[in-house]
Amino acid sequence: MLGYILRRTLYTVPIALGVTILCFALVYLGPSDPLSAILPEDAPKELIDRIKKEYGLDKPLPIQYLIWLGKALTGDLGTSIATRRHVIDEIPPALFNSLLLAVLASMLAFTVGSILGGIAGYFHGRPIDRAVTALAVTGVSVPHYWLSIVLVIIFSVEWDILPSMGMGPDGSTNFSLTAENLRHLILPTVALSVIPLAIVARTVRESVRETMNQEFVQALWAKGLTGRAILVHVAKNAAPTVLAVMGLQLGYLLGGSILIETVFAWPGTGLLLNNSIFSRDIPMLQGVILVLALFFVGLNLLVDILQAALDPRIQR
Amino acid sequence: MTETTIGSAILPRAPVVADKPPGYWLTVVRRLRRDPVTLFCMAVLLLIVLAAMFAPLVAPHDPYKTSMLKRLSPIGTPGYLLGTDELGRDLLTRLIYGGRISLFMSFTPVVLAFLIGGTLGMIAGFVGGWVNMVIMRTTDVFYAFPSILLAIAISGAMGAGLTNGLISLTLIFIPPLTRIAESVTTQVRSLPFVEAARASGASTAAIIRVHVLSNVVGPVLVYASSLLSVAIVVASGLSFLGLGVSPPEADWGLMLNTLRQSIYVAPWNAALPGAVIFVTCMCFNLLSDGLRQALDIQR
Repeated sequence: MLGYILRRTLYTVPIALGVTILCFALVYLGPSDPLSAILPEDAPKELIDRIKKEYGLDKPLPIQYLIWLGKALTGDLGTSIATRRHVIDEIPPALFNSLLLAVLASMLAFTVGSILGGIAGYFHGRPIDRAVTALAVTGVSVPHYWLSIVLVIIFSVEWDILPSMGMGPDGSTNFSLTAENLRHLILPTVALSVIPLAIVARTVRESVRETMNQEFVQALWAKGLTGRAILVHVAKNAAPTVLAVMGLQLGYLLGGSILIETVFAWPGTGLLLNNSIFSRDIPMLQGVILVLALFFVGLNLLVDILQAALDPRIQR
Repeated sequence: MTETTIGSAILPRAPVVADKPPGYWLTVVRRLRRDPVTLFCMAVLLLIVLAAMFAPLVAPHDPYKTSMLKRLSPIGTPGYLLGTDELGRDLLTRLIYGGRISLFMSFTPVVLAFLIGGTLGMIAGFVGGWVNMVIMRTTDVFYAFPSILLAIAISGAMGAGLTNGLISLTLIFIPPLTRIAESVTTQVRSLPFVEAARASGASTAAIIRVHVLSNVVGPVLVYASSLLSVAIVVASGLSFLGLGVSPPEADWGLMLNTLRQSIYVAPWNAALPGAVIFVTCMCFNLLSDGLRQALDIQR
């Protein structure tokens, strides 16, 4: 097991390095020089040269990358062009808010998805199975930003029972366990959970159906076990796959929540990203993407290790 | 190819047996005909695509003509079946016209990624060695990003616009298609009939053209068709964030974005463009499921 963990971790290193290269390259994708955002258009040539030297932009690209990587590794992701604050100071609170939403949505998706998928797989081919399958197709097809808008229309505009914007009363961004804060959580969590819910339901259904067809389940029936006892066996066999799917979904939620956070004005990484795009705040954009991508890489690693721990056959 | 002609010239034609199994494509068509859901989705998509193509002929109004008096008329207003938007433009007309950019923004990246990713994957799988390593490890890096995040990051860094949106969408679809093409090519390469072709003196180009291509195109095409539903949601998502075309152009994602400001005045008008995205995505999903099942001869 230790050997597997070590091998899997070592394999992650080149990927993480690749991620940093891609994030570094983002700056050069822009339509203009990275400096044009901070310099006036009629800046004299001496000034441009001096600033280029200050930022290290006069050096060849690989050297620039190494300098940037060295700084990033020590937590220096540069200064936000829009707010003039250190990028690294802005990310943690936003990441906490996004994680809060993503974890809650994952939990909701996992619970409801497993139950629905389990029922559908157990009663394979019956009307209830067909209903769940139809629901799952609908769930993966719903554009989550549109679903957010529809939820706002129903619960905030038409019925006026839930808040549609922000994280707490009066636009506060500090989370505390008050009723008002919890009410703000409901709509974004539900909107975010729909896609993973459908995916989990599908996976659990397939997994349960496959396991139910295996010989050992026939043996359990023959042994005279009740349906409930058999379900425990089936769940144990389905767990590694479902866990892997759910782990990846948590990462997708964190990355994909940008659109939902925009609709609900939720102060997370998505909103940070959205704001940085529109103020052309490239250091901030780069920083947020880097943190999110590395988080995703780490999550993948963790899921793989957990999966191998649950199912030793995976450690090849 | 020559072997078969020689063979059929020598051997007499096999007598037609009554219970001869029907051809592959006939079976596929027969299965599709028995699948009402897939047929319905095909019809809906055809309707949407045709309406977008012939928009000037079918649309009841001018998509850009604004009217201060008719702003945000509710759904069902006489003459304006689906109401009007925040500038008094007919919503039905704009939804029909919007399909042009939205569908273009989802089809083009998938087609481009199919060509580029398919080629890269076949090269990686056929050449193997360090070429395979370079291509596949680069693919792994792209896999480290949730695709929608990557699309937003690249589009965001490049700036808003149709071309930049197309580039970023193409980039996120290349890695999965490369992976499929690579794994199928690697499998096909080691099969006995490829060995036999090589032993009988076939050139590398001929092996790729005849054996590899014919086996790889199918699975990659099926996967690419399942990406269309993702493409429509992500492409509209980019426009929704303001990273696609700019007003007054009609595009489903952009319309959803601008109508959102009027959500308290005309809530259901604001939901319409998203409903169209949803229906299109759902039809693509069901159609690709249906096609996969019909093409899967083992089932």
